[in-house]
Amino acid sequence: MDIGKDLVAASATPLVLAILSEGESYGYAIIKRVGELTRGELQWTDGMLYPILHRLERNGFIEASWGTSEIGRQRKYYRLTDQGKRELEQHRREWNVVDAALRGIWHSELNLALQDG
Amino acid sequence: MKSTNTSVRVEERLTIEDRIIQWREHLRRHAAISSVDVEELEDHLRSQINTLSEAGLTDDEAFLVAVKRMGDLNALSHEFAQEYSERLWKQLVAPTGAGEHSSGSLRDALAAVGFAIAAGVAVKLPHLFGVTFDGSPDDESFYIRNISLLVLPMLAAFLAWKRGMDRVGVMKVAIPFLAAGLLMNLIPFVQLGSTEILAALHLPMALWLVCGIAYMGGNWSSHTQRMNMIRFTGEWFIYLVLIALGGGVLTGFTVFTFQSIGLDAEWFVQTWLLPCGVAGAIVISSWLVEAKQSIIENMAPVLTRLFTPLFAILLISYLVAMLWSGNGIVIERDLLIGFDLLLALILALLLYSISARDPMAPPDLFDRLQFLLVISALVVDVIALVALSKRISEFGFSPNKVAALGENLILLSNLGGAALLYARFLLKRGTFASLERWQTSYVPVYLVWAGFVVVLFPFIFNFQ
Repeated sequence: MDIGKDLVAASATPLVLAILSEGESYGYAIIKRVGELTRGELQWTDGMLYPILHRLERNGFIEASWGTSEIGRQRKYYRLTDQGKRELEQHRREWNVVDAALRGIWHSELNLALQDG
Repeated sequence: MKSTNTSVRVEERLTIEDRIIQWREHLRRHAAISSVDVEELEDHLRSQINTLSEAGLTDDEAFLVAVKRMGDLNALSHEFAQEYSERLWKQLVAPTGAGEHSSGSLRDALAAVGFAIAAGVAVKLPHLFGVTFDGSPDDESFYIRNISLLVLPMLAAFLAWKRGMDRVGVMKVAIPFLAAGLLMNLIPFVQLGSTEILAALHLPMALWLVCGIAYMGGNWSSHTQRMNMIRFTGEWFIYLVLIALGGGVLTGFTVFTFQSIGLDAEWFVQTWLLPCGVAGAIVISSWLVEAKQSIIENMAPVLTRLFTPLFAILLISYLVAMLWSGNGIVIERDLLIGFDLLLALILALLLYSISARDPMAPPDLFDRLQFLLVISALVVDVIALVALSKRISEFGFSPNKVAALGENLILLSNLGGAALLYARFLLKRGTFASLERWQTSYVPVYLVWAGFVVVLFPFIFNFQ
């Protein structure tokens, strides 16, 4: 399934923040986690994750530090800040509203369809 | 069998490593993506390749898939540019992403400020001995003879320090300064006479070239270094003009703000801010040129491109107007100096277009335009000289006239030689490099002439 560009863009920030709320992580692992969570249905262009991470870092929602990877290369790790936790909470409330609304309407559509049938 | 197998694998690993390096270099060319970001993206690419290889893809396949997933680099660069718009504006004073150089550049900046302060102090040093700006003709005469000797040693010292010159190199710079200092104060000039003023005007020119020796790290015979020094001079001048503009605004506000509370700051501006500021700016400009060398495109060649066609139009329409109206050049006393300045300007336009040109490139339209400019300047100057030659004896051979005439001939022969070499280049009989070499070989002529005016003119003209 192809998810539209706008929805991919809109969901990127809460997804990244939510994944980082599970613990410190780095770019490649975040992309992999997105793949797992959506069973490969949400495909990001890998490179595009980085401008998003850097914007979140600049806004103070996440902070970065350099560490080393398992093969000894330099790797940049990201961690959620307190401000980022509040931001994630805000996103969660917004998405819940949208989610509830859509579920509600689709649920009633389903009921109507069942009644008609 | 096993050994050939491993050698094949080694070869494969090499090529994938090469391809990653290629990819990285390609990424580096995007200004919006800093070297730190490149590191991060490369780590991602390598992780992706590893995962794919483990899943059974060959290295080549893994590389291709990983690059594809990374996305189009131009689009990526565009995203980065939106996030980091400031990166597209090259930062001079606070370079970003060059962590390893920053301590060196901070050290340079501190040294530059130190030498600039020293230059500012040096200008005021004679005040300790009762020699002031607003003093007698004695003081005025002292200052016009010595001002460049007070300021330029600081510039030379900064450049020598920057180049890490050895003792022999330092001597090459220090001895001319010492000699100039002795001569300017031992030659019995008639106070504020022509020879004294001419010496004061030519001394900075000579000392600038001595500073050039420091800039070249003492390696004055290298033509490449001389061309670098010419580039440096142009950029330095542009920075000085820019600093002067800012300084003018600062001065204006200094006077204005203090005036508004009924205090007069003009004396401060004239005796402190202006002289010390100019002295400091001379050093600071040189530091800015050094610091930005590889960061920003050179400005002088850009201005040259802009003004060469305009000056060519000016000179040609001037010649046409002269022919059409039948008017000869009106001979006035300052005529020669005006034409000297014109030739110097044309020479500057020529020099700075040479300095930025790829010597291997074939002649193009701009070269023809430049050639036209030089030829028309030569024609104009020769007409002026012919007109003057009849009258030159009437004016008598005053120091000023001889100096102006000498300068005219030096510039004329430079441009004449340049025109000849340019013509050969345009006709594909010569190389552009020979034109470049002609200019760099000519640099010592200016030093010799300036030295001649400073040292021998007073004796020839009886110190008048």
